[in-house]
Amino acid sequence: MSLKFGIVVFPGSNCDHDSHYVAETILGQDARLIWHKESSLGDVDAVILPGGFSYGDYLRCGALARFSPIMKDVVRFAKNGGAVFGICNGFQVLVEAGLLPGVLLRNSSLKFVCKYVHLKVENSETLFTSQCQRGEVLEIPIAHGDGNYFTDLETLKRLEDRNQIVFRYCEETGAITEEANPNGSLSNIAGIINEQGNVMGMMPHPERASDPVLRHTDGRKVFNSIVESFVRQSQLS
Amino acid sequence: MVKERRSIMKQDHRKSEPKVTLELGLEHGLTKEEYELMLGILGRTPSYTELGIFSVMWSEHCSYKNSIAVLKTLPRSGARLLVGAGEENAGLVDIGDGLAVAFKIESHNHPSAVEPYQGAATGVGGILRDIFTMGARPVAALNSLRFGDLSNDRVRYLFKGVVKGIGDYGNSFGVPTVAGEVYFDASYTANPLVNAMAVGIVRHDQVATATARGTGNLVMIVGSSTGRDGIHGATFASEEISEKSEAKRPSVQVGDPFTEKLLLEATLEAIQAGLIVGIQDMGAAGLTCSSTEMSAKGKCGMRIDLDAVPLREEEMTSYEIMLSESQERMLMVIKPEHEVGVKKIFDKWDLHAVRIGNVIGEDRVKIFYQGELKADVPAEVLVLGGGAPVYIRESQEPGYLEELHSFQSDQLSLPEDFNEVLLGLLKSQTIACKRWVYDQYDSMVRTNTVPTSYDASIVRIKGSKKGLALKTDCNARYVYLNPRRGGQIAVAEAARNVACAGATPVAITNCLNFGNPYDPEIYWQFTEAVAGIGDACRALDTPVTGGNVSFYNESPDGAVLPTPVIGMLGLIEDVSKAVSSTFQHEGDMIMVLGRDLGEIGGSEYLFQRTGRLLGDAPSMDLAAEANLQALCLELSLQSLIESAHDCSEGGLAVALTEGLMDANPSLGVHMTRFPSPEIRADFALFGETQSRVVISMLPENVDEVRTAATFRGVQATVIGEVSGDATIKLSSRVNISADEARLAYRSAISQAVEG
Repeated sequence: MSLKFGIVVFPGSNCDHDSHYVAETILGQDARLIWHKESSLGDVDAVILPGGFSYGDYLRCGALARFSPIMKDVVRFAKNGGAVFGICNGFQVLVEAGLLPGVLLRNSSLKFVCKYVHLKVENSETLFTSQCQRGEVLEIPIAHGDGNYFTDLETLKRLEDRNQIVFRYCEETGAITEEANPNGSLSNIAGIINEQGNVMGMMPHPERASDPVLRHTDGRKVFNSIVESFVRQSQLS
Repeated sequence: MVKERRSIMKQDHRKSEPKVTLELGLEHGLTKEEYELMLGILGRTPSYTELGIFSVMWSEHCSYKNSIAVLKTLPRSGARLLVGAGEENAGLVDIGDGLAVAFKIESHNHPSAVEPYQGAATGVGGILRDIFTMGARPVAALNSLRFGDLSNDRVRYLFKGVVKGIGDYGNSFGVPTVAGEVYFDASYTANPLVNAMAVGIVRHDQVATATARGTGNLVMIVGSSTGRDGIHGATFASEEISEKSEAKRPSVQVGDPFTEKLLLEATLEAIQAGLIVGIQDMGAAGLTCSSTEMSAKGKCGMRIDLDAVPLREEEMTSYEIMLSESQERMLMVIKPEHEVGVKKIFDKWDLHAVRIGNVIGEDRVKIFYQGELKADVPAEVLVLGGGAPVYIRESQEPGYLEELHSFQSDQLSLPEDFNEVLLGLLKSQTIACKRWVYDQYDSMVRTNTVPTSYDASIVRIKGSKKGLALKTDCNARYVYLNPRRGGQIAVAEAARNVACAGATPVAITNCLNFGNPYDPEIYWQFTEAVAGIGDACRALDTPVTGGNVSFYNESPDGAVLPTPVIGMLGLIEDVSKAVSSTFQHEGDMIMVLGRDLGEIGGSEYLFQRTGRLLGDAPSMDLAAEANLQALCLELSLQSLIESAHDCSEGGLAVALTEGLMDANPSLGVHMTRFPSPEIRADFALFGETQSRVVISMLPENVDEVRTAATFRGVQATVIGEVSGDATIKLSSRVNISADEARLAYRSAISQAVEG
């Protein structure tokens, strides 16, 4: 039985095909591109909001995308416990849509940055990271101009207390340092999950590190985790 | 009331349309002869709009009038070429499996000199459109940049703006910017060079053509609406940069990568659905260029009604609409029965697709606006390859050559401290690591870029084992010192880089950046450099698929170094066999392929020592070069080598050091032997003799590599090994830690830009 991924395509999405390729060709699952003007996700098991520049993002990243017709159904799907995974611009959209707390500001360097970074897995007990070890260091690239995660201290504390911080930028050794922080994110946050544990957003691009031809495969662990979680779930039920 | 006033204003505007005179023609950049030729063709005095059309189509930028005769001497055919140079918007090369690569490089120097951000951004936008207008999806972007020294405030402003402009456009559009090169020289201080290259992939049966066909077919404008931005952009690019250039800022277009992304998707969808007869992007000279070129190519004409063109500004005249260079627009010819289908696709992507006219049998372009015939011109006489003027200019060998060539290298004393020389070279802006630049580019989107360091960038093709190897190159110092040889070297080095990575060089595109062609010495540089490019392309079997000429790269301080940038396309059958440029393991043996002649003319080393560009360019034996490249390919196919890196700026010492920069930090280089011990140590380490490659291999493969080299007649010398002590030891002369070298190499640019 394969898992049905639904990948939302906003007009300026440009990593939609990359996620599709990983889901379908690398993982051998079902994957469907869903045009943002559609009103229903249809029959899907997990939704991916891909990277890109959903509406050009001249205003604020993801600010317009949340008004796309499909987003109503994405919110409904998430509220019903469906797995929703936002990558890069998709993370920004999830934050703008209120499905995740906080906001993504301009990088502190004020420059777009594309490079491989190291991520520490802070929570391996999510449906997106079950195939990782807690404390494990993954090498996955980033590519963004607005990835500087910010929130008020109260929210930060809540995120920490409830183990909602999934990934932090770190050194190769796993040390969380200022030098390892590529964009000024509060507390080196690279990815977070909602309280219910079914909506995750991250700035790094696991779909870019999932194909052995590209010499990096750490990102596959994230996709594998989603697939495994569903296999387990379906076995249980 | 408001409406009434507006119509009066229009009336006034029309009345105030200038009367066309010779003087006005000269102001538009036409020569007296060209003005008279235009009168002869029309048999009457042109309207103001017609003058605009003629002047822009006969501008250097659109007509190539001072270059085309020379360009025709280049080799432009080959088994893999699917369209000839200049026939379509970009070159098209067969790569097997029913796929073709569309690729081209183009300059956006003049706009970038006055408005670096938008100038560079729209340069990227323009070249991307050239690719997808052929039906190809862009899979990679490259750029070749030239600036003055970063210690200059204005240069830093230009540099930052250009890099951000390239990044913002490509990143948002969703094409990976996979490679580029940046050189620094004082001659580019006021006139930077911004050359953008794009590469796309298309199935043979989905290639679109820029030809208008079929009387009665519809002419449609799609994409953005039309404004006043960019009017006279093409004419502006046909003048030198001067103090007056700042006033030309409005001639610079404004880019919108988001709209371009929509235009890409809609265009490809329409092409793939078989709904399009012909399509051309609107770049330089906008609607004028696209309508006349498509007509001339189809030996037909168009009737265009400008009232239908979606405008973003009010009260635009026919002159302005025809000359606007508003970005992200395309002109399409479709069959009437496909109008609904095309509109549906463009609606989906929230873009205009508006019928503005018809194809007509008569070979004229007729422009109507507000009930009047504003222009009625024959298409053929306007276009390159048709009736546009063609000149062969006066040519003269430059006076500076004799003096520079008379430099005797033995006048140079041995340096006291070789460590300092090497560190100085690593810190020089041209050699130093460009990470500050490329970290701002999304190099990975579309998940095809193989992220290891190679001499050329490798982009795999999904669904096959194949990949493209891409590289741009040009050492303009060599071209200045010896244009013919410099042209040869530009091609040879680009091809060598591709071969080092394990790919077969297949074809080139070029972007020829020179000064004012009316200066006989500049024209001589141009003709000689093109001859050199032709020599090398013939010897290496890499035909020219097209490109772009940018003249008038001059400021009051003089012309830029002659800079014919080569964009090389290589093909690799199996990306898993690509060869890294980085040393891999301790104990690997290091070998130099090729013969050292100890040449320092035009080298970075000589420049650092004397502050001057001196001597003659390094020699180039094209037959030896071809053998070397064939050997590199063979070694990669047989998986005999662990790394391969070309010797270029900074010579052998820098090539060896560069091999360590991205390597495991514990590795070092221990060089114990010179390839030609009779050559002076500084010339051997820092000289820039061409046709040399540093390779490394497992010790057990040395003999087999040597045998293969002997068979090809290539000198192969083991010079040392990859050590495990993180130091760079080059005979008794250099001894520095790899970390120190890395710091010098990596920090130079960011320090120069950000302090």
